[in-house]
Amino acid sequence: MRYTLKTFGITRDILGGKEVPFEMDGVKVAELKSELMIRFPEMKTLNSLLIAVNNAYAEDDLILTESDEIALIPPVSGG
Amino acid sequence: MIKITEKAIDVQKVIETASNLGAGAVNAFIGTVRNKAKDKNVVWLEYEAYEAMAVAEIRKIIDEAAHKWNLLGWAVSHRIGTLKPGEVAVVVAVSTAHRKESFEACQYIIDNVKAKTPIWKKEVFDDGEEWVDARPTAGQAAIK
Repeated sequence: MRYTLKTFGITRDILGGKEVPFEMDGVKVAELKSELMIRFPEMKTLNSLLIAVNNAYAEDDLILTESDEIALIPPVSGG
Repeated sequence: MIKITEKAIDVQKVIETASNLGAGAVNAFIGTVRNKAKDKNVVWLEYEAYEAMAVAEIRKIIDEAAHKWNLLGWAVSHRIGTLKPGEVAVVVAVSTAHRKESFEACQYIIDNVKAKTPIWKKEVFDDGEEWVDARPTAGQAAIK
C-alpha cells in the first residue's frame, strides 16, 4: 500500500518533508507506527507518537486506506 | 468562534465574542510567550498547527465543557507563526451566569487545548532551537 504522511513539528525534521509518500505492506495504524520506528529510529527518542486519520486521533487497530489523510502527531505543545 | 491565526490576536474581540447579556461572569485566559525556558533566553517561538484537526479538537473540547457547565458564550483563538516574548499566543474566553463555573470552564478548556490540540511550538534560543516537549528530559522514558 502507498500512503501519504503529513508531518508536523519534530516529525517533519525526522522524515524530511511536509507530505511524505510511504509504502508498506501493513494496513493498520499500529503497523504504520512500528514501521516508522524501524525506518526512522530517531522516532523512538520522542515522548510519544500518535497518528491522526482524517482529522481525528486514530486507534492502533484502525485500518488505513490509500486515500486517507494520515498525519503524524508528535507531543503537542500549544498554548 | 474558533480561530487559528497568523495575525496578532485581538483580545478584546475574543472577549466580546464570548460575552452574553445573560452572563454575570466573563472569564478570559491569555497565554503569552515567556522570555526564558530552561534558564535560556528565548529569542522567538515558532508555532505551527494542523489547522483542520486543531479546529475539530477544540470544538470537541468546547462540546465537553458545554456538557459540564452552562456556557452562555465562548471563544478560542490561537496564534501560529513567529511570536516574540510578550506576545499573546492563545486566548480562551467563556461567559456563564456566575463566576465559579466561568473559572472552572475556562481552566478546563485551556488545559485540554494544551494537552490535545495538534499545535506545536519550537523555542529558538541564542544558541540553538528545540521542539517543546518532543523529547524526554533527563530521567524520563521515551517511546518503548
